[in-house]
Amino acid sequence: MSEKTTYTLPIGPIHPALKEPVAFEFETEGERIINVDFHVGHVHRGIEWIGMHRNPVQILYIAERICGICNICHPIAFCRAVENAAGIEVPERADYIRVIMAELERIHSHILWAGVAAHEIGFDTVLHLSWAMREKVLDLIEYLTGNRITKAIMAVGGVRRDITENQYPTINSALNYYKENLDTIKSVFLDDKSIQMRAKNCGILTKEDALKLCAVGPTTRASGVKKDVRVDQAYCAYGDLNIDYMTPDLLTGEVNGDVYDRIVVRLLEVEQSIDLIEQCIDMLPAGDIMAEPKIPKLLAMLKKVEGDGIGRAEAPRGEVIHYVKLKAGDAPFTWKVRAPTYNNLLPWVPMLLGEEVADIPIVAASTDPCLSCTNRAIVIKGNKREVLDNEALHRMSVEKTRRLAL
Amino acid sequence: MKRLTPEEIVEYFNDKLKENIKDTKIERKTAGKKKNEFCTVWLKVDKSVFKDAVRELCGIDFPHFAVASGSDMGDYIELMYHFSVYYGERLKEISITISVDLPKTDLRIDSICDIIPGALISEREIQEMLGIKVEGIPDNRRIFLPEDFPEGVYPWRKDEKGPQNLVRDMYE
Repeated sequence: MSEKTTYTLPIGPIHPALKEPVAFEFETEGERIINVDFHVGHVHRGIEWIGMHRNPVQILYIAERICGICNICHPIAFCRAVENAAGIEVPERADYIRVIMAELERIHSHILWAGVAAHEIGFDTVLHLSWAMREKVLDLIEYLTGNRITKAIMAVGGVRRDITENQYPTINSALNYYKENLDTIKSVFLDDKSIQMRAKNCGILTKEDALKLCAVGPTTRASGVKKDVRVDQAYCAYGDLNIDYMTPDLLTGEVNGDVYDRIVVRLLEVEQSIDLIEQCIDMLPAGDIMAEPKIPKLLAMLKKVEGDGIGRAEAPRGEVIHYVKLKAGDAPFTWKVRAPTYNNLLPWVPMLLGEEVADIPIVAASTDPCLSCTNRAIVIKGNKREVLDNEALHRMSVEKTRRLAL
Repeated sequence: MKRLTPEEIVEYFNDKLKENIKDTKIERKTAGKKKNEFCTVWLKVDKSVFKDAVRELCGIDFPHFAVASGSDMGDYIELMYHFSVYYGERLKEISITISVDLPKTDLRIDSICDIIPGALISEREIQEMLGIKVEGIPDNRRIFLPEDFPEGVYPWRKDEKGPQNLVRDMYE
């Protein structure tokens, strides 16, 4: 009788699913994954340490650069933490503009994710289709904030730019574009046989695991956990709006917690975001957009504050939480940032166990909309190392789709 | 168990853990036009009952654990575990932060991973960032710091064990 041996398959630090480097180590038995371990921290840049040597207005610029995609939700969470600690009341109009910006960010992030997820399983036409659609929302963000990506619109105590009535036609035409075209992308994702075969019953996260491992965002909602900061808490203008949890059963009638359900949740949320922006525009109250427009005065006030503040916000990928401890002085005494992916790391383990190597890219990608490239993967067989590069792993994934489609 | 108000939550903890609850605070904030309210409950507990406090919290509702933060306050380290309960229903969520002071002479805390497995990454983080020993942690390795990071240097510390010297060297 021959003895069964397992292989260890390291993937990363530049890995198949995130734009941030994470290194995976898979123990495989043939094609099956029987153990998963991961290493993070390759880009731990000490951002909080940098922040603890700067004043809150300067930190906003750093908070905006924590993540290229979540550059609305990190500043919102940071501003709310400081506002809560200092007892600053944000003007109503600013609360509404914050929601509009956060939802525009969600639309662009979810459509970006949809494209890259399609690319991961070898469906590049859908990548081009969805990224072409994403351009429209980036144009709108540029029109409203002056920037396509790093929007620089949040401020402690409000927002920096107003939305005026003469901008409404452009906003409406962009929203109408999505309302008209979203069905195309929905039917491509939800009715296509290849996508169904690759995504259904793949990378399952049970509701129990999602709760225990404290998963957040579309990852946990796809497993049937109703957790969405926008619905759970009254923050910004979300408390005023008509909003509900997006779980996959709303569309399909069932919750499986697989990759397919994560696609369903994100597509539903794009529709929801369009609706929320329309509600905000309808209800947009008049008034100021900053609690204290004079920055030196604001800083002088913040210098004297002593207290703790927590700011939570729902990013496209889930709950973001910032904690600040203010003590007399320019810089915050403590600043702690927790991005959604931090909580969605552990759920990868139950998702990937038992899956095939070719499923790694799509399962890893399914928790997070940012997917760049697999740089390399090494298969270690005894003392021999066989390098699977970016193309090889991607090819395995594409080949699996083709096999299934035939 | 019926849904508790923030005041009842504070009372519940005072009942269960008596004088080991060192300090409590309820923070209320409103937002938007309708001025809906959102509450944060801050609890400071004695380190001897920290794990009991987390267990009692699970008795209210299975909590969502967000993250643990830590501040070097000089003689002691203040750890804050940020939770929330009653999520899943419109505007019902209450944020609960349980904080505990650890004297620098005895930097040890119990692991809560057996109650909430999702706390593992935060526990690994406070071990390497603050030099706190988490007792009973299922995975003792570092998480964010590289393997060649010097021993005995803890990036969140503000005393002589902090990273000041490493930062100065970066510019050389």
